[in-house]
Amino acid sequence: MTEPKTQPMTELMTEAAMESSSARAGAEPATKLQAEDLCKRFGAVDVLKGVSLSARAGEVIAMIGSSGSGKSTILRCLNLLEKPHAGRIIVGGEELRLMPGKGGELEAQDPAQLQRIRARLAMVFQQFNLWAHMTALQNVVEAPIRVLGLSRAEATERAERYLARVGVSHRKDAYPAHMSGGEQQRVAIARALAMEPEVMLFDEPTSALDPELVGEVLRVMRSLAEEGRTMLVVTHEMGFAREVANRVIFLHRGVIEEEGAPAEILAQPRSERLRSFLSSSLK
Amino acid sequence: MFLHGYFPAILEGLRSTLLVSAVSLAIACVFGLMGAGAKLSASRAANIAADTYTTLIRGLPELVLLLLIFYGGQILINSLADKAGLGYLDINPFIAGTTTLGFIFGAYLTETFRGAILAIPRGQSEAGLAYGMSRGQVLRRIVLPQMVRHAIPGFTNNWLVMIKATALLSIIGLDDMVHRANLASAATREPFTFYAAIGGIYLAVTTVSILLLGWVERRFSLGVRKVEF
Repeated sequence: MTEPKTQPMTELMTEAAMESSSARAGAEPATKLQAEDLCKRFGAVDVLKGVSLSARAGEVIAMIGSSGSGKSTILRCLNLLEKPHAGRIIVGGEELRLMPGKGGELEAQDPAQLQRIRARLAMVFQQFNLWAHMTALQNVVEAPIRVLGLSRAEATERAERYLARVGVSHRKDAYPAHMSGGEQQRVAIARALAMEPEVMLFDEPTSALDPELVGEVLRVMRSLAEEGRTMLVVTHEMGFAREVANRVIFLHRGVIEEEGAPAEILAQPRSERLRSFLSSSLK
Repeated sequence: MFLHGYFPAILEGLRSTLLVSAVSLAIACVFGLMGAGAKLSASRAANIAADTYTTLIRGLPELVLLLLIFYGGQILINSLADKAGLGYLDINPFIAGTTTLGFIFGAYLTETFRGAILAIPRGQSEAGLAYGMSRGQVLRRIVLPQMVRHAIPGFTNNWLVMIKATALLSIIGLDDMVHRANLASAATREPFTFYAAIGGIYLAVTTVSILLLGWVERRFSLGVRKVEF
């Protein structure tokens, strides 16, 4: 093994990053993702009771809350892996056209539009969900080839760049089952990056990892935040929320209970619920 | 002379046995995939149709079904031909046999394929959808390749049982290995010799099948079990 395990993360600044950091200095950065009044029921249980949120370019939003508060459901509603019962979803100025389907849930009117919008919102899953029958490299080139229509050569070049970016190029020919959880999640992040998405959605990306592997994934995410990517992160890592996020959203029983800059709301929670949540998840 | 000179004739019967097996298998796979799709679909009508299919077919002896479908089909086709003003039609035993066996084993493969699809974690197809792949792409690129691995053990069983079930087709007049052995043993009055010979051939075919499908299973399990160096 001659390749370095991890590369210096901050050296490579992408164009997207330059753009958004200059945008941050100037006028209001564009809104990349907007959700209005999302409602979702599972059977008789109201999981989301009208949640609205928006993410501007370059913003890192941490969503925290106890389990069952609906934070993962929000993420899954944004790309319609879960069908909301009400609400609007707007990605990069384009509204996802929804219509009521069977059972009162909203469905996409146009499957092609849904696919296009999903491709702009790359998701990183708690259980990684790398395709088990493909190597790391195959996992990363798959969607760029099939969905974005890149040639295999372009996609491979792009995949190798992003695998190096997250420090797993030495594992590119390994199958997911032969990698550690931390490596799998970093490959999954490379897979998301290879879509060059407008917004990255992270669904508890470190919750399935052994404690000693959490750090390597958080380091990658921190460096992505530093290069100005727009990220929506559902997490239990309070340290990450405090140090990396620009904004923290605290969810409780399907509503946004409190929202603000991490320094404010994590240090001086206004609501009793956030106070008790923070004291029970001290880190 | 080996097998009193009947060996080439029996080998020719083997050709027909293998051809019938292969064609029946292809038909069974089509029925099996449709059945599995219907069982997993959200449509209630499709669920009921598929449940009826598998319950009925799996609950009856193959021989009885074969005779029912063969004679029933014969009557049906001839009554239709009669109405259309055509003369008596003889059903080709090859077509009747492969369709019937395909239909029967399609029911077993329905369960094999359904189980194999359910064995794939949901997150695998969710990841495909989340990256903007169409349902068809998710099916072709993610579900089917992973399904093969889970389906092969059950598939191997069905294939073995089906090769053996082709022996039944000699009853409806298919000129297969068993039919040839019947003729040869009647002519030579040495039934044991000929049935033992075709027994050996069946065993050879099934053994080769097991080896081949074992190789396919390993091929599709790449990245799942430990790689051996």
